[in-house]
Amino acid sequence: MTSERVNAEMLSALDRPNSYIGKTVARPNLDRLMQGRGLYVSDIELPRMVHVVFLRSPHAHAKIRGIDASAARHMPGVVAVVAGQELAAVITPWVGVLSHLKGLKSAPQSAIAIDRVCWQGEAVAAVVAASRAQAEDAAEHVSVEYEELDAVTDMHTALDPSTPVIHASLGDNLAFERNHDAGNVDQALADSDEVIEAEFVFGRHTGVTLEPRAVVADWNAAEARLTIYQGTQAPHMVQNIAALHLGLKESQVRVVCKDVGGSFGIKVHIYADEMATYALAKLLRRPVKFVADRVESFNTDIHARDHHCKGRIGVKRDGTITAFEIDDLTGIGPYSMYPRTSAIEANQVVNLVGGPYMTRNYRARARVVFQNKNVMCQYRAVGHPIACSVTEGLVDLAAMRLGMDPIEIRRRNLIADDAYPCVSPSGLRFEQLSHHSALAKLVKMMDYEALRAEQAILRAKNIHRGIGIASFIEVTNPSAAFYGVGGAKISSQDGVAVRLDAQGSVICQTSITEQGQGSESLTAQIVGSVLGVSMDRVRVILGDTDNTPYGGGTWASRGAGIGGEAALQATKVLRRNILDVAAAILQSTAGELDIVSNSVVNVVDGAPRIELSELARIVYFRPDTLPPGVQPELMATRHFVPREYPFAFTNGVQASWLEVDTETGFVRLLKHWVVEDCGTIINPQLVDEQIRGGVVQGLGAALFEKCVYDERGQLTNANMADYLVPMSGEMPDIDVGHVVSPTLETELGAKGAGEAGTAGAAAAVTNAVNDALRPFGVTITEIPLTPQVVLTALGSI
Amino acid sequence: MTSAVTISLNVNGERIEADVPPRLNLSDFLRDHLKLTGTHVGCEHGVCGACTVRVNGEIVRSCLMLAVQTQDRSVETIEGLSDSGEIADLQAAFRERNALQCGFCTPGMLMAAQDLLKHSSQPDREQIREHLSGNYCRCTGYQAIVDAIETTARARAGRLP
Repeated sequence: MTSERVNAEMLSALDRPNSYIGKTVARPNLDRLMQGRGLYVSDIELPRMVHVVFLRSPHAHAKIRGIDASAARHMPGVVAVVAGQELAAVITPWVGVLSHLKGLKSAPQSAIAIDRVCWQGEAVAAVVAASRAQAEDAAEHVSVEYEELDAVTDMHTALDPSTPVIHASLGDNLAFERNHDAGNVDQALADSDEVIEAEFVFGRHTGVTLEPRAVVADWNAAEARLTIYQGTQAPHMVQNIAALHLGLKESQVRVVCKDVGGSFGIKVHIYADEMATYALAKLLRRPVKFVADRVESFNTDIHARDHHCKGRIGVKRDGTITAFEIDDLTGIGPYSMYPRTSAIEANQVVNLVGGPYMTRNYRARARVVFQNKNVMCQYRAVGHPIACSVTEGLVDLAAMRLGMDPIEIRRRNLIADDAYPCVSPSGLRFEQLSHHSALAKLVKMMDYEALRAEQAILRAKNIHRGIGIASFIEVTNPSAAFYGVGGAKISSQDGVAVRLDAQGSVICQTSITEQGQGSESLTAQIVGSVLGVSMDRVRVILGDTDNTPYGGGTWASRGAGIGGEAALQATKVLRRNILDVAAAILQSTAGELDIVSNSVVNVVDGAPRIELSELARIVYFRPDTLPPGVQPELMATRHFVPREYPFAFTNGVQASWLEVDTETGFVRLLKHWVVEDCGTIINPQLVDEQIRGGVVQGLGAALFEKCVYDERGQLTNANMADYLVPMSGEMPDIDVGHVVSPTLETELGAKGAGEAGTAGAAAAVTNAVNDALRPFGVTITEIPLTPQVVLTALGSI
Repeated sequence: MTSAVTISLNVNGERIEADVPPRLNLSDFLRDHLKLTGTHVGCEHGVCGACTVRVNGEIVRSCLMLAVQTQDRSVETIEGLSDSGEIADLQAAFRERNALQCGFCTPGMLMAAQDLLKHSSQPDREQIREHLSGNYCRCTGYQAIVDAIETTARARAGRLP
């Protein structure tokens, strides 16, 4: 433990008898999902519902000469074939920029392409029919005449004067550039004993949510109201954007989000085809359903990463890191995504590089360029894996050059655990991190010395195993600094309403959402603990803009820290209100009473005084028996947003133990360890599973996942057979440990844990591969580490 | 389009007669015609395993089988296995171990796990991982699923977990 709490109120609110905080309890919604009785958007059917299929461009860049849909309109079941211009009468275009990302530019994007397509997969027409199969049949009979244009596909030449400019109105293909210079990098490098350079290459990959994106949009012309059923992480954001572009008031749009089959950031955006589906519902005055198929998912779900980052590190002979310098380049497709923009990842890379370390000297340039490929945007652990791989790769290369152990160089450079609060060279404010405690715990968990000994023995037998270490920091609990200050109407606060019903059960409405992380469970745990009722009496309602308080949703590891705090505060108010009523009924005082195990009890001796069900019966059905002037309020609402720190940073460290087959180039993962610090842990099992799932997504990026484009901008592996994701057989067991440094900004003290696993996994694996290949004198700084990459580095092919 | 074909089959113990287009695959038939939406469609090309069901006792990918191929056969879906209680212990182990997050892969995962447990009484972790390699999960990282299946296997073999 690195921090102690002395907040008496917190002790009373959370450390109560039968508290669920810090305990592993099963999530309340699992039976529904395990019995196949959930309700994903793809399961939803409404009366008069029709299905839309989008005809998509086969070209990366082309003019649309003409669209002939006359044959398709006569196909069985067809309701409408709608092209871009016709839909533009219903929905306005958008530009994905934010004012705090200075200089970020993008071009207007339409729900369906008008005149020109800018990536392979952009929709050119919507075919609406009674069934999806009929719509697909008809789509084959829509003929589109294209005039192919030169496609910009190589990010390295995107800014060359000889390269065509994708959007003439923007002047060039540069979407965004950020430069940062802190300390004195040139002097520091000049004073260094060693300066090591490397170029890091990150493959373009995507989220592959097992349930594709799906929307049912239902325009009720009589109510003049649009109901959108969508698997989204941010219902109120969808409500705002849909209303804005359809010319409606927010009160005319309801967004309902039931079960979501995976999100990982893929479903935190608003896609052109989703906008088109909302617009079609309004145009056709009936419910329209869109469910992407898997090929569409690969071609249109946002891609991520695809960075080329040059890095330099300076070190003294004693291992002291003197400076970091990076030059990052990334290609984002033809448009900055809406509404969160596609500059955030590069911006995060600049923010996060060098973050765990003491050096004050840091220079960075990041450039974001347009290309004729699918759009790129925020996916789980935005920017973190890039920054962590560059930083930790450079640190390991420096250690290797100095002949120093990778653990030792980190011990000498990580920010001391007692140095907080402090500010990083990129301007990040850290409240309390625990790098050294985490590293010490990791070394113990993995038995580092024993592994090193084993490695040496096996190396003599020509078996090449490696150990890789990666320290990281993680952005969680974002305040308005993330999006709000840039003008995006994406709420950074969340609200919770909690009420006691007539039988003494509790209904809790929260604005955070559930995609499997356990939002429902952690909310019920907090409410149950603070109120003194058992969890099975707490019913949590989320994912409905008509029926929850206004809020941000679940993304950027904010659900527990922000939504959880709102739940805690709302429940405290409800508890006080209940005790006031109990005091009136029992002719006692609130201070003499407590709620334990669903009953009001005496503080002094714990003796039960009145069950909550009986109290509720009196309040709701016999208020006439209450003393005059007592007006019970058995419902309370509170909102919360972090104000003191823009982000609650967390930290951790990962280690990978693996074997490289130098004949075949295959990497076999043997074991993975993570120690992380997310502050107060509400449910240890849920935190550990977030970490493990995150690690495996990072391992996918490290070894398998890559969207392979050819030079004409054609995605060549847009299916699950050719795009590899981690399978159970090749994944290691992952041991997870914790250090606990609660944030003092909230009573709950919880920070996020959703990005941690993904942040450091690839860096740990790459460092381990380089450690394994040390006898061969080669280092690899490219992921995914496919057999081809490994064998090329070894000079075998 | 080719005209509909009348098929007769048994689904979760219930006799079903239906007129279906010859091209209709089994997953769409179960979901769209019978409204058994527990069978999920993740990739529609036989890779992800989310649509796994049992036909005459063997697990198949229902996106790769046509509805007309189920004539006179017995089809079992996650709803059937849940209601019969056949996998109640496996589901309990999944619940205890939080072996699912979004739950989209889970019906197929449970189908595949039960298939393994029927054919192999004491699979080790490597065998479990190998057997599940045709079922993708993007949320959990698999370890919790392997743990839950291992626990169930031990319990069924009469040993305490």
